[in-house]
Amino acid sequence: MCTVCGCSEGEVSIEGHQQHHGHSHDDHQHHHHSHPEEDEHQHSHTDSVVVAEGSNLHFGQGAAHAHAPGLSQSRMVQIEQDILGKNDRYAGQNRQRFDAMNLFALNLVSSPGSGKTSLLTASIEKIKGRCPVAVIEGDQQTANDADRIRATGVEAVQVNTGKGCHLDAHMVGHAMERFTDLSGGILFIENVGNLVCPAAFDLGEAHKVAILSVTEGEDKPLKYPDMFYAADLMVLNKTDLLPYLDFDVGQCIAAAKQVNPDIEVIQVSARSGEGMDDWLSWIEQRRVARIRKRIEQLNSQISLLQEMV
Amino acid sequence: MHEMSICEGIIQVLEEQAASQHYQRVKTVWLEIGPLAMVENDALRFCFDAVTRNSLAEGARLEIIELPGLAWCLECARSVTITKRYDACSECGSYQLQVTQGEELRIKELEVE
Repeated sequence: MCTVCGCSEGEVSIEGHQQHHGHSHDDHQHHHHSHPEEDEHQHSHTDSVVVAEGSNLHFGQGAAHAHAPGLSQSRMVQIEQDILGKNDRYAGQNRQRFDAMNLFALNLVSSPGSGKTSLLTASIEKIKGRCPVAVIEGDQQTANDADRIRATGVEAVQVNTGKGCHLDAHMVGHAMERFTDLSGGILFIENVGNLVCPAAFDLGEAHKVAILSVTEGEDKPLKYPDMFYAADLMVLNKTDLLPYLDFDVGQCIAAAKQVNPDIEVIQVSARSGEGMDDWLSWIEQRRVARIRKRIEQLNSQISLLQEMV
Repeated sequence: MHEMSICEGIIQVLEEQAASQHYQRVKTVWLEIGPLAMVENDALRFCFDAVTRNSLAEGARLEIIELPGLAWCLECARSVTITKRYDACSECGSYQLQVTQGEELRIKELEVE
């Protein structure tokens, strides 16, 4: 699967229509899905397939084949290019877009079964009505999680990554096209349940939030250090189960701090509601901080402009 | 698993460069990889062979240049070598380290024709 849009191997798709968009692979093989609508969708790069069903995106297929017959003399070329550079450029575009609409985006990462979707539905019940809220759901298959989110009454777009193990910035950019106006709101991106690969892919979010449940091992931050290093917050979920487990909260927090000395930790039970206020006020504080930063940037821009007239 | 995505990313860069650098075939790819780049070199080699099949880099050799990981220790104010995220400072044992090198994942050079 391509680092950028999930084309080639894999079957990434978005609920609703089939979209063709561009990619730099010269000779893409398209595997067409039997979906009713086909939208031509032009993009800054050349050719892959996105299948959309309602608000669920399935990112396309097609192999990265490019035949190059004809031989000439061998030579060396210095290129010095970051392999994830293209994803980072898309992430930058997403970030600009989020900032322009004052949308606070969080990228929720964890292993499968840590309770991300339950935490989200419990959070949404408390936040909705105050500001626009929307969710991008990443899973290999099914729209089950997006359906659970939609049951709370907020918009959700399901992205199915097919064989892919993570969401990338390009998928998120496409998913954004499906929402109504989210200005001034909060976007939760629930990544594919995987404590490894999503750490490498910036989606344009304000913060990565790692969710770890107390039914997992307290040494998980040490076993999967990249993810806890990339996250700004660790939410320790399912704390209502602590009396029945041998889970050592102190040891778990120490492990997270060993990997990332700056990581913040909040203990939550999405089920009992314990700690939910701490989590929601963290979101609110970080959201306001981001808006303040943006006001500062705009003010300095205004003063620069005023000096020019 | 994302080594496969990374190889697809490499092919994409090779194809883009083919037009501007005027080459038809890639014979060798040199990558610079740090110990904190979140990729497993053996998995990358395995995926590279699979992904380059039927591409302009079919049969190409993959050379991996392993860069050392470096971090600045805030406690003892010096640069130390690290191999993992949670390594302690080799001088003072502190975990207050700021990574300065080791996250590299880049295509350094190509042999083309």
